[in-house]
Amino acid sequence: MQWETVIGLEVHLQLATESKIFSGSPTTFGAEPNTQASAVDLAMPGMLPVLNEQAVHYAVKFGLGIGAQISKRSVFDRKNYFYPDLPKGYQISQFEAPIVGKGSFEILMEDGSSRTIGITRAHLEEDAGKSLHEDFNNHTGIDLNRAGTPLLEIVSEPDIRNAAEAVAYLKALHSLVTYLGISDGNMAEGSMRCDVNISLRPMGSTTLGTRAEIKNVNSFRFVEKAIHHEFQRQADILEEGGKITQETRLYDADRDETRSMRSKEVANDYRYFPEPDLLPVVIDDIYIESIRESLPELPADKRSRFTAQYGLGPYDANVLSDSRPLADYFEAVAGECGDAKIAANWVQVELLGQLNRAGGTIEKCPVSATALGQLISRILDNTISGKMAKQVFESMWKGEGDADEIIEARGLLQVSDTGAIDAIVNDVLSANAAQVQQYLDADEAKRKKLVGFFVGQVMKLSKGQANPQMVNELLAKKLI
Amino acid sequence: MHTKSVAQLVKGLRERQFSSVEVTRAYLDRIDALDSQYNSFITVDEAAALAAAGGADERLASGTANALTGIPIAHKDIFCTDGVRTSCGSRMLDNFVPPYDATVIQRFKSAGAVLLGKTNMDEFAMGSSNESSFYGPARNPWNTDLVPGGSSGGSAAAVAGLLAPAATGTDTGGSIRQPAAFCGITGLKPTYGRVSRLGIVAFASSLDQAGPMAHSAEDCAFLLNTMAGHDPLDSTSSTAATEDYCATLGDSLEGLRIGLPTEYFGEGLDVATGECINNALKELEAQGATLVEMSLPHSALTIPTYYIIAPAEASTNLARFDGVRYGYRCENPVDLHDLYSRTRQEGFGEEVKRRILVGTYALSAGYYDAYYKKAQQIRRLITQDFMHCFEQVDVIAGPTTPGPAFALGAKSNDPTSMYLEDVYTLAVNLAGLPGMSLPAGFVEGKPVGLQLIGRHFSEARLLNVAHRFQQATDWHLRTPDSAKGGTL
Repeated sequence: MQWETVIGLEVHLQLATESKIFSGSPTTFGAEPNTQASAVDLAMPGMLPVLNEQAVHYAVKFGLGIGAQISKRSVFDRKNYFYPDLPKGYQISQFEAPIVGKGSFEILMEDGSSRTIGITRAHLEEDAGKSLHEDFNNHTGIDLNRAGTPLLEIVSEPDIRNAAEAVAYLKALHSLVTYLGISDGNMAEGSMRCDVNISLRPMGSTTLGTRAEIKNVNSFRFVEKAIHHEFQRQADILEEGGKITQETRLYDADRDETRSMRSKEVANDYRYFPEPDLLPVVIDDIYIESIRESLPELPADKRSRFTAQYGLGPYDANVLSDSRPLADYFEAVAGECGDAKIAANWVQVELLGQLNRAGGTIEKCPVSATALGQLISRILDNTISGKMAKQVFESMWKGEGDADEIIEARGLLQVSDTGAIDAIVNDVLSANAAQVQQYLDADEAKRKKLVGFFVGQVMKLSKGQANPQMVNELLAKKLI
Repeated sequence: MHTKSVAQLVKGLRERQFSSVEVTRAYLDRIDALDSQYNSFITVDEAAALAAAGGADERLASGTANALTGIPIAHKDIFCTDGVRTSCGSRMLDNFVPPYDATVIQRFKSAGAVLLGKTNMDEFAMGSSNESSFYGPARNPWNTDLVPGGSSGGSAAAVAGLLAPAATGTDTGGSIRQPAAFCGITGLKPTYGRVSRLGIVAFASSLDQAGPMAHSAEDCAFLLNTMAGHDPLDSTSSTAATEDYCATLGDSLEGLRIGLPTEYFGEGLDVATGECINNALKELEAQGATLVEMSLPHSALTIPTYYIIAPAEASTNLARFDGVRYGYRCENPVDLHDLYSRTRQEGFGEEVKRRILVGTYALSAGYYDAYYKKAQQIRRLITQDFMHCFEQVDVIAGPTTPGPAFALGAKSNDPTSMYLEDVYTLAVNLAGLPGMSLPAGFVEGKPVGLQLIGRHFSEARLLNVAHRFQQATDWHLRTPDSAKGGTL
């Protein structure tokens, strides 16, 4: 049978606030265990939560970024369960009245097609600490540095149909939240963690099948692999006439498989009820509008603008708008050199190529946008050829100076002096009389080949500095 | 010295009739000599108390003193005290020494008050007799065979027994007012949000409120002046302006309208207790107040409503006591489940466990709507009853408890009859209103408490009514025989 996969994603996004959501402790990643845990984070007796306004601000920002309804009154609830890294014995979350309601955003597939994915809700909650099972001699260590870190849990509609869409969704989400500046989006440090809800149904069916929830799939690649694996597992069961158990499964990246979590770990009645230590979060239109006004241009808008303003194709526009620093960089290069298409090409091919090889980020790129723009300007004003520009770029990357300095130092100035080129062309033609004769006898196709030969000879003699366009023009005049 | 009121002590310290060290020493000696009768203190740190008193004397000498500088005050063992064990009456926290002060403690410290000691209480403030304390019951100074009431029983007994001039308590369903009534002292539960809850071990977050317990309304006003005020670290603390609660104590009661809810004078009220209350009301009437009969129609639902909401909140507030980070931990747990279950089984007493179970049940999937949600709806109706009445009257008055203090052990095996003790006090917490209890007479040598209930943030008015009553009566000045020994 043909199966359709139905996927919904729950993303836990760490918000980039400086302090925790209910205490003043810092949220810096990687500190010594328990050095960033206050009496509130440790749930010492009598301690009370105080809501960090920045977390609310970021949640609203996200809601506006996906065109969602912002709740003017949202409520924190206690989600009760026992676990050693959950100090209070409950997590403060939002259950019945989340701060962000329904919204949606567009994802772009590699083939250029796009889809709209619905967002069911997004709510604020606190992160738990970490249980460390190694290095404690069969005991478990508890690190509460992460406890109380603000999370925005973003729940999608079951609108996703395959692994590629899931990855595209996550990438688009990543792009959006980093644009908004509400999260560092660092997946390796757990800033974006994903639970995948997945079910199968016969192609064409409109009812949902029984789903499994795969927990803690924490990279784009693992999301893809986990979905592939889970699809196969469920399809095998269904093909054999079996039934899917609604359960929580854990993705094991080492073995590339999902396995059922023991029922004990998941059979919880969370006993949600409104958190009596916090007042409902009440915000007004003025607050919402002030955040709306502070919104940056979002990826989708930027993409459209790049297409319209610079005449870029959808693929180029998508790549260049993926992150705000890259988009800003591209626009600065284009502004400096005045030719957006060449700028787009250089940024995507040369710059991103170098960055990928070096494993660097655009923020720490050794070649500034202005410097790259100037280099491109030297191509456009015929100072150097495109080929030479690539060499110059390599040197710029190594920190040898700006484009003009390198061109000057290495004597790479393109020769556009007609007299000088004319002399070289004459030398080449007289030294290759046989080929000239062949040219004169040849048909159009063969002539092209021979012109290439003459150009090559001229460039060789000029050490690559002759302006190729002028060489072509001179040859055309002389070979009659 | 020990019979002096806070107001007299304030004056004496100002006028250098005696020093804070002398006053503190006197109370410490009395605790030493007499508290074996009452068991009202769990922890007394003499050295620290005297050191604080010494510091207060320096402040008094340098002229930087404020009203409470040098006054020794006993605190219920539910307030976290930096460096001093805070047990909350439980084995669970028998070894717990907080590294921080509750906001209330901090305020008293910065005012220069002396922390005399930590008083006995029902375990986690759950009880009406102080019998659920891990440290054994406190006893009533009027008759040590009687309970002092609860949960702030130790504070009430300490003040009644003249072991402290004043004390703090907390009141979730009557825990200041009921022991104040039983021990013949004055106690005030402020409006919810008037006093910070930060650093008070939580029982039921939406109901808990700290307040003063002392001999007189005037003394309570002195304490409330220090305790009340917004705390940015308690999100439920009110930003409403505070007042000088001493300033209007003497205001006339002419024209005061006092509401008498028929539900508080009906079946269940001990006849002799009712007579004391009626006599007290006559006194208020004599001062110009008008008595107005009225009704709080949802009163009958108060106990079931309270006993859903309070245990529900308690069940999750007490989840943090898991043996992982502080407090009691069972010996040699074999695994996590064993750690949790034995720690909590051994660390909590019966009443606490009962309420955790009730609260957990009330919040469970499938029962939440029928219990917790319904209870919250009724809570709104109960509040509306009061709001309705306050359109016609300024203050509501009635008995604090259905009868005077009962014998130790009389109700300890019957939780529901124990819960009835709070029938007149619970609604005040559900509605978040201020309420107080003041001595209004005796039944067979046992004190009777008059309860006053006011509008939100009307503490000054309640204290004014109580003070005027106390100007005309001497119930609050009586001293139990047991406290007359050990005089210096």
